[in-house]
Amino acid sequence: MSRPRVKFEQVGTFAVGNRLLDPDQRTVQADRARSNTLTSGHRACQGCGEALGARYVLDAAMRASRGRLIAANATGCLEVFSTPYPESSWQLPWVHSLFGNAPAVATGIAAALRAKGRDDWRVIGQGGDGGTVDIGFGALSGMFERNDDVLFVCYDNEGYMNTGVQRSGATPPAARTATTQAVGDHPGNPFGQGKSAPLIAMAHEIPYVATATVADLHDLEDKVERAMEIRGARYLHVLVTCPLGWGSASRDTIRIARLAQQSGLFPVFEAERGDVTSVARIRRPVPVEEYLRPQRRFAHLFAPTLRSDVIADIQARADRNIARFGLLDDPEERA
Amino acid sequence: MLRQIEGSRAVAEAVALCRPEVIAAYPISPQTHIVEALSALVKDGTLAPCEYINVESEFSAMSVCIGASAAGARTYTATASQGLLFMVEAVYNASGLGLPIVMTVANRAIGSPINIWNDHSDAMSQRDSGWIQLYAESNQEALDLHLQAFRLAEEVSLPVMVCMDGFVLTHAVERVDVPSQDEVDGFLPAFAPRQVLDPDDPMTIGAMVGPEAFTEVRYLMHAKQMLALDAIPRIADAFAQAFGRDSGGLVRGYRLADADTVIVGLGSVLGTIEDVVDDLREQGHRAGALAVRCFRPWPLDEVRAALGTARRVVVVEKAFAVGAGGIVGQNVRLALDGVAAAPRVHDVIAGLGGRPITSASLHRIVADALEGRAGRTTFLDLDTGVVERELRRSREDPRPGPHAENILREAGIAGGGPR
Amino acid sequence: MAERRARPRIAGMLQIRIHGRGGQGVVTAAELLSVAAFREGRHAQAFPSFGSERTGAPVVAFCRIDDRPIRSHEPIATPDTLIVQDPTLFHQVDVFAGLRTRGTVLINTGRTIADLGLEDVAGRFRLVTVPATELAREHLGRPIPSGALLGAFAAAVPVIGLDAVAAAIRERFAGPVAEGNVAAAGAAYRLLHADVRERCHA
Repeated sequence: MSRPRVKFEQVGTFAVGNRLLDPDQRTVQADRARSNTLTSGHRACQGCGEALGARYVLDAAMRASRGRLIAANATGCLEVFSTPYPESSWQLPWVHSLFGNAPAVATGIAAALRAKGRDDWRVIGQGGDGGTVDIGFGALSGMFERNDDVLFVCYDNEGYMNTGVQRSGATPPAARTATTQAVGDHPGNPFGQGKSAPLIAMAHEIPYVATATVADLHDLEDKVERAMEIRGARYLHVLVTCPLGWGSASRDTIRIARLAQQSGLFPVFEAERGDVTSVARIRRPVPVEEYLRPQRRFAHLFAPTLRSDVIADIQARADRNIARFGLLDDPEERA
Repeated sequence: MLRQIEGSRAVAEAVALCRPEVIAAYPISPQTHIVEALSALVKDGTLAPCEYINVESEFSAMSVCIGASAAGARTYTATASQGLLFMVEAVYNASGLGLPIVMTVANRAIGSPINIWNDHSDAMSQRDSGWIQLYAESNQEALDLHLQAFRLAEEVSLPVMVCMDGFVLTHAVERVDVPSQDEVDGFLPAFAPRQVLDPDDPMTIGAMVGPEAFTEVRYLMHAKQMLALDAIPRIADAFAQAFGRDSGGLVRGYRLADADTVIVGLGSVLGTIEDVVDDLREQGHRAGALAVRCFRPWPLDEVRAALGTARRVVVVEKAFAVGAGGIVGQNVRLALDGVAAAPRVHDVIAGLGGRPITSASLHRIVADALEGRAGRTTFLDLDTGVVERELRRSREDPRPGPHAENILREAGIAGGGPR
Repeated sequence: MAERRARPRIAGMLQIRIHGRGGQGVVTAAELLSVAAFREGRHAQAFPSFGSERTGAPVVAFCRIDDRPIRSHEPIATPDTLIVQDPTLFHQVDVFAGLRTRGTVLINTGRTIADLGLEDVAGRFRLVTVPATELAREHLGRPIPSGALLGAFAAAVPVIGLDAVAAAIRERFAGPVAEGNVAAAGAAYRLLHADVRERCHA
C-alpha cells in the first residue's frame, strides 16, 4: 500500500482533508464522478453506520474494478433498506438470494464469470454479522477454503438488527439485545468465547483479511482498493455503528466507531495468508468506559449500580487485544 | 451410441453433453456416482469450459447454482433425500427467482429413521416448491430427460428436477443410447438468460415484495407451470424427432385403450406394473397402466382423459402424506373430480425405504380392488402384527422406547429380542 | 399421449443371482455379465442389492439377460441361475431361495458337493463346481474369483460366449489385471468343457 497515512478524518467532497491532498490521494467519495453505487433514496436510519460503510466500500470497489462489479447481498438491514420494492438504490448488478448463502451465491457468480472467461468482472459478497458469522458461516468457510475469487464484506453492527436487535455470534459481552436482556444477575449478553470472523478468516490463510471501521473512511477505502488488487478469497470486516440497536445518538456513529478502535475493543489490522501485516495503532488509548457510556445497550452497566466488575472484564478483553495485536504506539511516544 | 453403463454414468454423460458452465457438487448416496463422473469429465477437460465447485453442503450447492445461473451460466447440481431437504430454502429461492437450474434427484427416503434406499418422499416433499418435476422410468429416460430438462427450464424460466429412482436406476447397469455432442447441440441451443447480472446493464434481483405485489409475483410461477403443460409435450415431440425415441412428455399409457382397471405409477416401478398388466390381460382382465412422467405441473387433463372411463384405478406410490393418505392419489382424485361415473381410486403406498414392489404383491392388491375388498388407502406389504404390537407397547408402557429400535428388534434385525 | 405397444409375456429372459461377500467382486461380476451380453447384442441389466455392506458381509447382485428390452427393475426373486462366489455362505444365507427347479448353481469351490453338504439339494438343482479362486490365484495372482467364474458361466450356461466375457473384462480392467482375469476365465471355461460329466451333478 503506497498511500501515506492520512491524519485528517474528514473525507467529503469539499472537506479540508480532501482539498489539501493531491487529487490522486483523495477519497473515492471526493470524486464527483464516483459510481454512487448505493445511491440516495434508500430507507436506512439516520446515522446508519452500515449505509455509510457500504457506500464507501462499493464505490471504492467499483473504481478498482472500473465499474465491472457484481454484488451478492445477504438478507439483512442493508438488503432491506436498499431495495424497498419496487425501488432499488443499487446502481450495479445486484442479487439478493437468502440469509445464509451470500458467500455461496458469490462463489456461484465468480464461477460463472470464470467459465465465461470474463476475467475483468469482479464479485463482491456482502452481509451483516448475522448472515456472515452465524447462519452464513459454513458457506463463508467453504468459500475461503476453496479460495474462490470473491471479496466478502461483513458490515458488523453486532446483532440481528433488521429483525429487531437480537443477539448474534458477534454481539459483544454484556450488550443488551432483545434476546439478551438487561435483567437478572447477569444482564446483557453472556461472556462467551466470542467468534472473531477475521481471525477465523486468517486461519484459512486466505490472501487478504482486514478489519476497518466507519471512523476512518480513508482507511476503509484503502483496504477495499488493496483487496481488489488481489485475486482469490478476501475478507473485510467493518465495524458499523447502529444507532438504533446500540442506543446511540445518530450523530455519534463515527465517534463511537472511533472509540471502539481506540479502546482496543475492535482491533483494526490487515493480514495476508494468515499473518498480520499491518495494524492501526492507537494514538491515545481510551478506557472502555468512554466507549460504553454513550450506548444505551450498555446502560445497565452504569445504572442503577455501576458494574465495575463487568467493565473491568471488558477492559481486560480490550487490553488483551492491544497486547495481542500490538496496537499501541511505540511506548516512548505514549502519552 | 449404444453403451452398457451404470445409470449414474449415463446421466453424467448426458449432463456433460448439455454443456453446463457451472456444476455444484455435494455427495450423498445414491447420487455420488453422478457427481464423481462429472468431476472427472471436467478435470480431464472433456467438459469445458465448466467450473466444478466442490461445495460444503447441499444448501451451498443450490446457492452456488443460484449465483451462477443469475450470472448467466447454464447450471447443474444433483442430490437426494436429506440433501434435498437441507437445501430447501434455496430450492424455493431458485424457483421464486425463475432461474433455469436443472437438478437430478436420485430418489431416496427421508429419515428419521435414516434410510438410504429408494422411495419418492424426497421429491414429493418438494412438489409445491415451484420446480417442475419429471420422473424417469429407465436409465435411457433419465438420460433423455436431462436433455429435455435444460431446454424446458430455459424456455419457461423455471428450475427442473429430474427424478430417478436411487440405486434402482442410478446403480443399475443397462443399455443406453448416448447421443453425440452434435446431436445434443442441435437439440439444445446455448443458454440465453432472460435475466442476468451484467455490469453493462445493471439490475437488482431479489428485492423484497410486500402484500401489494406478492400475490401477482407468486401467481406467475403457477402461470409458468401451466405454460409448461404445453411446453413439455412439445419438447418431448421435438426430442422424438431428433433422437427417434419416446421419452418424457406428461403421461404415457400402456394398454389403456379399453382398460377398466388402470394401475398408475411413477418411475421405475412401471416396469413391474406393466408385467402385472400383461398377466392380468392374459387372465382376461381389461387392465392397463398409466405412467405419470411429469408430476409438476400436474397434467390434470391428460390424467382425466386417461382414467375417466376406467372402473377402478390403483395408484401405486412410493411416498405418502402423513396423516392424510396418498399424494399421487390425491392428485388423481383431483383430475377425476366432476367426471360422471368416475372410477374408484385406491391409493397403494408401497416401496417405502426401498422395500421391493413385487409383481406378486401388486397382483394381490389388484385382486382386492377387483373384488371390492380394497380400501381407499393401503400400505402394501405392511406387517400389521409388528405395528399393532408396537402400538400396544406405546399404550401400555410408560416408557416404551424408540419405535424404530423396537421394530428392528421384533423383526430380528437388531439384537436382544422383543422387549 | 404416448402409447407403448403391448408385448406378450416374456419367456426368454434369463435371471441370474450372484452371491458372495463384500470385496470379492460380486457387483463387478454382475456388471461384466451384463456387458458381455450387451456385446453380443442382447439386452442386459445388472444391479446390486444395496445394504450397508462392509468387506466380508454377504452381498447379492443380479443380472437379467434377454433378447428384448428389459423393463422390470424388481429384485430377482425367482432366478434361473445362481453363481455362488463363496461357499461359506451356504451356512449363513438361504442361497437357494426362489431358484427355479433344475436351475444351475455355479459354485466356486475345489471341493465336492458331498464335502459341501449339498447332496440333498443336488436332486433339485443342477450344481456345477469350479475352483475359481485357485484359478484366479494361478492366473491373476489374487484370490478374486469373478473372472474365472464368468468363464465357467459361459461354459455352464450357454447364453454368452467366452469371447464376450473376455471383451467385457478387457473393457473394465487394464493391463495385467485384465489379462489375468481373461486367462482365468479361459481356464475355467476349458475346465468345465473338458470334464463336464465329472463336475456336473445332474
